[in-house]
Amino acid sequence: MSEQAAMKETTYREAVKEAIREAMIKDERVFLMGEDVGHYGGCYAVSKGLLAEFGPERIRDTPLSESAFVGAGIGAALGGMRPIVEVMTINFSLLALDQIMNNAATILHMSGGQFNVPLVIRMATGAGKQLAAQHAHSLEGLYAHIPGIRVLSPATLEDARGMLWTALQDPDPVLIFENNTLYNMEGTLPENAGPVDIDSARVRRQGSDLTIISYSASLFKCLDAAEALARDGIEAEVIDLRTLRPLDDATYLASISRTHRALIVDEGWRSGSISAEISARIMEQAFYDLDLPVERICSAEVPMPYARHMEEAALPRVDTIIATAKRMVRHG
Amino acid sequence: MSTPIDREHALNQLRQMLLIRRFEEKSAELYSATKIRGFLHLYVGEEAVAVGVMATLAPEDAVVATYREHGQALARGMSANSIMAEMYGKQEGCSRGRGGSMHIYDAKTRFYGGNAIVAGGIPLAVGLALSDKMQGRNRVTCCFFGDGAVAEGDFHESMNLASLWKLPVLFLCENNLYAMGTAICYAQAVPEIAAKGVGYGVPAMVVDGMDVVAVEEAARIATDHLRQGNGPYLLECRTYRFRPHSMFDTELYRTKEEVEQWKKRDPIDLLAQRLDDAGLFNDQDMAALERSVAEEVEAAVAFAEAGTWEPVEDLTRFVYSERRGA
Repeated sequence: MSEQAAMKETTYREAVKEAIREAMIKDERVFLMGEDVGHYGGCYAVSKGLLAEFGPERIRDTPLSESAFVGAGIGAALGGMRPIVEVMTINFSLLALDQIMNNAATILHMSGGQFNVPLVIRMATGAGKQLAAQHAHSLEGLYAHIPGIRVLSPATLEDARGMLWTALQDPDPVLIFENNTLYNMEGTLPENAGPVDIDSARVRRQGSDLTIISYSASLFKCLDAAEALARDGIEAEVIDLRTLRPLDDATYLASISRTHRALIVDEGWRSGSISAEISARIMEQAFYDLDLPVERICSAEVPMPYARHMEEAALPRVDTIIATAKRMVRHG
Repeated sequence: MSTPIDREHALNQLRQMLLIRRFEEKSAELYSATKIRGFLHLYVGEEAVAVGVMATLAPEDAVVATYREHGQALARGMSANSIMAEMYGKQEGCSRGRGGSMHIYDAKTRFYGGNAIVAGGIPLAVGLALSDKMQGRNRVTCCFFGDGAVAEGDFHESMNLASLWKLPVLFLCENNLYAMGTAICYAQAVPEIAAKGVGYGVPAMVVDGMDVVAVEEAARIATDHLRQGNGPYLLECRTYRFRPHSMFDTELYRTKEEVEQWKKRDPIDLLAQRLDDAGLFNDQDMAALERSVAEEVEAAVAFAEAGTWEPVEDLTRFVYSERRGA
């Protein structure tokens, strides 16, 4: 990025919208469809104004038919379009899980390589807004279990702005998970911000005492914890996974080879989670680099409760991250 | 039927139906011989539907089918060789042996499966038609599904979506009266499938699915409607499978008498009889067709037998595309 690039104030929401606008302008095969993306302006207001700019053919309101419109996205991709399908929230995506898993993820393989599915599916994920047990889970790890799709988890403004275009260039289905608590996040981006890679993890903070591995909204809890830890003389290295499938093992393994301690922070449930997968990979590939066992901070294994104090108790917390990191560094 | 018979066209359709019949019979034999494994769902008895409908489709149209799709694939013009080799699991098969009997795919003829989740292919057809409409192509997507699929949400969501967006989807229901072993009277509050069109504003018709001439005529009306940009059409073909649902079915749910009744309306016999009545066909013609079909089926078996196994080292190919960058 050129040093001269002018910076502008923006939000995560605006960054996603700019990414959609850019894609619509650059490629006439791109269109957006989903529930309330048009006249309502998007459940999280991401697509507000796009209907007026691009018209109802390309900003396409759908009925509440997740399976049919995700499946139609797959069909449209097979037919040469580059659809962006928005699913309102991750729990609703389960109504389309059949289409995602049995069709989008398998058609290339079942057809012996004849038909690829260049489809992007975006959806909101995560808790933090007291939306209870049918709107607020983090099921990215469940999707990351499925071969044949790519699973992206943009946490930063740069990734919210840049991952979509790269995903649209991919010949295979890409799922993008946007944590609902990030939409209002403010920050700056270069005026000429553009595509970023969708293959690698990033070190978001350097440190030598332990490696904290996270993604999405939990990343910022880890960064806050790392600042607090620094005041106590502990330097945490914080890794943003960015892509949950395929995982970039090299980045976190390289970090662990320097810090010898690994803590994973994951808003998903603990059992059978992406944190479990990463822990297993560390054990398989970096066992002798470790000074002590890998630790994990995940969401409590309960359906997400409504009451604020209970929801907070169910989620990974900054104080828990700090306490765990201190214990790991002092006792390992 | 008062329509004059085009002998060449009728003979061609008779041959196609006969090819499907003999291909399926051979497949059953090869299944018993353990050359074909997995699930095998035969189309015997339902040939008139695929053959009649395909006659109305152009090469640039698209077809989405079910797991009982050998007949559609053959009628669409795929080679018996590539389908048989697929069922053998050989890499010369249309899907390189990755799909088997239930997942026949062919880019050349725009044949999009081979979908083995009941009704799961229907939304794909909506999307294919959407992509045609958005790109200004006057094409049709024909989506085959059975009466069982009508109980799935995907059928209803897709009918609504296609009608809402006026998409050229031919919803082609092969109503063979049984969803596996559950008779339609145990599955549908309103067993008249064509009646489902009303609630979605989709015009619909019922046709005798054992009569290839009637199927083609009805499909012509439906596809003309689609090509004129009038939105989707629902065509219910009343048909019957003469053989079990799959090779594991002991057929406890229907009587032999019922099967025998339907066999009296065998679509191949019906067309042969019609040609015979018109004085356009004789026993030698039939014998010649049988010989030519037998040769094609034997050649397909030989092709499959001679096929090769994909190297195990290739196992993880085709999970992701080998070339990135669209």
